[in-house]
Amino acid sequence: MPVSFIQPEFKVKIDYDKCHKCGRCVQQCGWGVYNFNERPIPDDSKCRACHRCVTYCPARCISIEKNQLAYRENDNWSPAARKAVWRQAETGGVLLTSMGNPLPYTRIFDHLVLDACQVTNPSIDPLREPMELRTFIGHKPDSVEVEADGKGGFRLAEGAGMKNNLMLDTPILFSPMSYGSVSLNVHKSLAMAAQRLGTFMNTGEGGLHQDLYPYQDNVIVQVASGRFGVNQDYLNRGAAIEIKIGQGAKPGIGGHLPGEKINKEVSSTRMIPQGTDAISPAPHHDIYSIEDLRQLIYALKEASGYKPVGVKIAAVHNVAAIASGIVRAGADYVYLDGFKGGTGAAPQVIRDHIGIPIEIAIAAVDQRLRDEGIRNWASVIAAGSIRSSADVAKAIALGADAVAIGSASLMALGCHLCQSCHTGCCSWGITTQKPELTRRIDPEWGAEQLTNLVHAWSHELQEILGALGVNAVESLRGSRERLRSIGLDEQMNKVLGVKPAGM
Amino acid sequence: MTTRPRYAEEASSKIHGGCGLMGICDESGTLMSGEDAILAMAVQHDRGNGLGGGFAGYGIYPEFPDHFAFHMMYHDLQAKEESEALFDRYFLVDLAEPMPTRPVKGISDAPLLWRYFLTPYPNKLEESEMSAEDYVVRAVMTINSSVDGAFVASSGKNMGAFKGVGYPEEIGHYFRLEEYEGHTWTGHNRFPTNTPGWWGGAHPFALLDWTIVHNGEISSYGINSRYLEQFGYKCTLGTDTEVAAYLFDLLLRRHKLPLELACKALASPLWEEIDRMPEAEQALMRSLRAVYGPGMLNGPFAIVLGFNGGMVALNDRIKLRPLVAARKGSILMVASEESAIRAVLTEPDAVWMPKAGEPTIARVKGMDWPIHGDLHLSPEDISCAVTGTDMSCETVEVTA
Ligand code: SF4
Ligand code: SF4
Repeated sequence: MPVSFIQPEFKVKIDYDKCHKCGRCVQQCGWGVYNFNERPIPDDSKCRACHRCVTYCPARCISIEKNQLAYRENDNWSPAARKAVWRQAETGGVLLTSMGNPLPYTRIFDHLVLDACQVTNPSIDPLREPMELRTFIGHKPDSVEVEADGKGGFRLAEGAGMKNNLMLDTPILFSPMSYGSVSLNVHKSLAMAAQRLGTFMNTGEGGLHQDLYPYQDNVIVQVASGRFGVNQDYLNRGAAIEIKIGQGAKPGIGGHLPGEKINKEVSSTRMIPQGTDAISPAPHHDIYSIEDLRQLIYALKEASGYKPVGVKIAAVHNVAAIASGIVRAGADYVYLDGFKGGTGAAPQVIRDHIGIPIEIAIAAVDQRLRDEGIRNWASVIAAGSIRSSADVAKAIALGADAVAIGSASLMALGCHLCQSCHTGCCSWGITTQKPELTRRIDPEWGAEQLTNLVHAWSHELQEILGALGVNAVESLRGSRERLRSIGLDEQMNKVLGVKPAGM
Repeated sequence: MTTRPRYAEEASSKIHGGCGLMGICDESGTLMSGEDAILAMAVQHDRGNGLGGGFAGYGIYPEFPDHFAFHMMYHDLQAKEESEALFDRYFLVDLAEPMPTRPVKGISDAPLLWRYFLTPYPNKLEESEMSAEDYVVRAVMTINSSVDGAFVASSGKNMGAFKGVGYPEEIGHYFRLEEYEGHTWTGHNRFPTNTPGWWGGAHPFALLDWTIVHNGEISSYGINSRYLEQFGYKCTLGTDTEVAAYLFDLLLRRHKLPLELACKALASPLWEEIDRMPEAEQALMRSLRAVYGPGMLNGPFAIVLGFNGGMVALNDRIKLRPLVAARKGSILMVASEESAIRAVLTEPDAVWMPKAGEPTIARVKGMDWPIHGDLHLSPEDISCAVTGTDMSCETVEVTA
């Protein structure tokens, strides 16, 4: 076989003067980079720059460098574009990748700045004053009807008021990630953290493992096109049900979990035979239009005693109209996933070129629902690359009720964004089912890491609210007046409903 | 011809400022002279900067209790003629006269100030198939939006708003308020950090018998105004007072919430307080807060809402603006500063600080509760009638 045209992306360098020859790097690497022959010998071509070996090397003698090969300059044919052609010429296949879109599209969040109080009104110190983040996800009536309670006060009129909402102590949820694509220990970590934080994790489309039953009140169960693990019991265990139509990283594309990942546990959770490929069709074959969605929403509500039912969609061009349809179909929330959202596996061409940024999707959907006077009918959850508490605050100011974090939560568990989840060899034990790798995450530790992260962001969000002079997150929600843009064009400002800084 | 100074042009973005306010109500219905209100505001002189002062008095026109009293501001004679032509067309004008004023040092550039006591022509009212209140609001809106240089300062029965550019005590003396007697008075002293263009910009904001004076800044303005837009209100002025006024209209009139609960929705209790409430109350408060969250007024404010049945004073949910209350016999008084209260009510029975978000309510005995009659008009009409801006003021809309 002729040699591959593709040169390694990284160079693994070991300072052998310092190396203990302990072999830990050999054992830690999930990709089989190292051979041990008196000392570790790396095969650069296998390295994914996940830094597992670097982190665990006791001598700190490993460094990973970019393979600085000079290519004949050509702005049009970047080295990445050339490599893609070579790879496809070699394999004849669709290029697979994972995690979020890495291309240098404008990061709108980074062009938005928040306001603060000066003189005319006081900022509020969250260390001294209450600063409320509690958030309700679900349908709310347009008004509250009351009646006299006969004791000089008032009570809710019969059947009036808010019903069946999810209560979140902080407006941050964990994104759906299925058991199968991530390990059971990751699922446990997320579930335990969700319970401690007073928020929710989401099963993704892989069913609910029985080890998670103790946390079910903090779990949203997903119903996706493959219907894996879906039955009455599953629906009744979740705090809410989510119909997954699409995912930001791969709008319009189904899923494929290879048979190697379907071990005994995954198979029983997904309710499919061991070793078979788990294929999620691109569409739901019982949803070919909005009226079908309505039927499914109500079927799920009926089956679950009227739990909140949300619908997750990828942010695409027509997202506002689609979201409006979803709300009118009876969904309790719309989950918007922007095109930078992560994934366990996706065709690269889809991940990198389909969909729109979450910032735009939030703005368009929130405005559309307001224009139609139905904003109260459903909540909006935004995801697709929420990287910090600042992104959380900006997403909420644009109009999201809450955000969901996937990539960031995996990072809390060690993920280094090496974009190799689809290989099933994650050295960090996250997106793999190999027992020797999955045991690298102790759920107790994982829950602690996740709890820390969300606590930290929540504190920061409180600081931001305090600076804005409000003491409840609902006063920031949709308050685009508190945002200004820098370096966005007029058209974009209009789409976002945000004024440029200085106005 | 010069055109009417557009109030809307005052605010191409949100107006910032501080203020002082007062409200006094004798729940027995006994009348007191406007002198007390002037005094209360004079004591709080330093809370304003001379760019706006105003008062509202209730029960002040006992000789015309069932007439709609229109207090008008005209930029020029043409505006007056056009407005009067409108009055003549739709109303029986029982009295039309210049507002009694006296020259006061510090007050200048006053518009032409007139008042009219009107009753809708019965046949025209019937033809319109509207309630009398709707009919009046429609007229207010028409004048405010289509008669250049004319502004309706107030339009309720047996009440009136007196406001202008100056310190409130100057404005009060200018309008000879000591010659009026009312059971309820509210007053306001403005400290805008920009320059108001004209007299209509001072508080109170009024529509029919309903008036609002406001001190503070509503930091949740951005979402409050977007929330109101959903219900058809146009927040064109960029003032906090405007959103407060519309929110009261939405909650009280359109959603029919009792006054106490409307106040609880606008200045919600903290979740930790709600979590401690008995079950039924908790369910109610949770719903109120979750449903009206986008309307919650967040940030430092004190508001006094006046109406023919009394008044309600409300502070923000963590009390970031001053508001003191006192009772002496049947009189309830609120003010930004205790000194104002002590100047008016010597030896009050009780003086207290209303708690954050706790409405302080005064109800005049024997008077109707509904705040402004039988309105069925759209929020657009209300917006327009309250603020005097027409629908073409797109340029100052806060959201795109
Ligand atoms: S882990 Fe570090 S010290 Fe151990 S063999 Fe590998 S490079 Fe050497
Ligand atoms: S989960 Fe693992 S394989 Fe996937 S990007 Fe993160 S470190 Fe790499």
